[in-house]
Amino acid sequence: MTAEQIIFLIVGAATLIAGFLVVTVRNLVHAALWLVATLFGVAIIYTLLNAGFLAVVQVVVYIGAIAILFIFAVMLTRRQAAETGASVNKNWWAGALMSVLTFAALALLLQSWSGFSKTASAVPSGFDAINQLGDALTSSAGYVLPFEVASVLLLAALVGAVYLAFNKK
Amino acid sequence: MIPLSWYLILAAGLFSIGLFGVLARRNAVAILLGVELMLNAVNINLVAFWRYGDVTQMAGQVFAIIVFAVAAAEVAVGLALVISVYRRRNTVVAEELDLLKW
Repeated sequence: MTAEQIIFLIVGAATLIAGFLVVTVRNLVHAALWLVATLFGVAIIYTLLNAGFLAVVQVVVYIGAIAILFIFAVMLTRRQAAETGASVNKNWWAGALMSVLTFAALALLLQSWSGFSKTASAVPSGFDAINQLGDALTSSAGYVLPFEVASVLLLAALVGAVYLAFNKK
Repeated sequence: MIPLSWYLILAAGLFSIGLFGVLARRNAVAILLGVELMLNAVNINLVAFWRYGDVTQMAGQVFAIIVFAVAAAEVAVGLALVISVYRRRNTVVAEELDLLKW
């Protein structure tokens, strides 16, 4: 077993455990902090996949913005009754069954696929992923239209969020 | 080297955990936390397929970045909705938001 595999196993197990705690822990502030741990694990997975830029974006956008937004929302909507009641609804067993079945079906489906256990070819020498990504996002032969549409979407979300959360009194 | 299967199984596990959170949690903010886990699982898959396919084709990473942008927009609007609902009905428990009858 190589060092890379050992790192993957440790990080993957930690990510799954933290993710499980996100959906089971009762205190929502703790759940948001476990989400930060999960997102860190996913950032390390990106690094293992030679996607360094995405790992940085994951830390800055997901952990720096989204997780903090969650903590703010939890603290703004705190109420004693919500903290003492059950954290899962009465159909939680059906949800658990559904998610186990989904995992089993995915695993079964993937196992029957011929490319399931293939290994990565080496990255060609002189290949600069960040350069390529920037080219792909801004060239008209690449993905400039989805890129611009994403900026419009973010603007619409900004205006919508301010409008919805604005106190009209 | 790590085979592709490890990443796919990790992503499938993370997706299933997120699905459980969406289906079972009562608090609306906790449901959104589950959605975040599912989006992250999808992103792991996209980046893994980029790495194990042709690395000069950047479609996988571009998709992942679009998912980042959509996730940020989704969280901002979703949490604004939760705060707005909390102001009007003084609750964020999904079962108590039963304005629509059937």
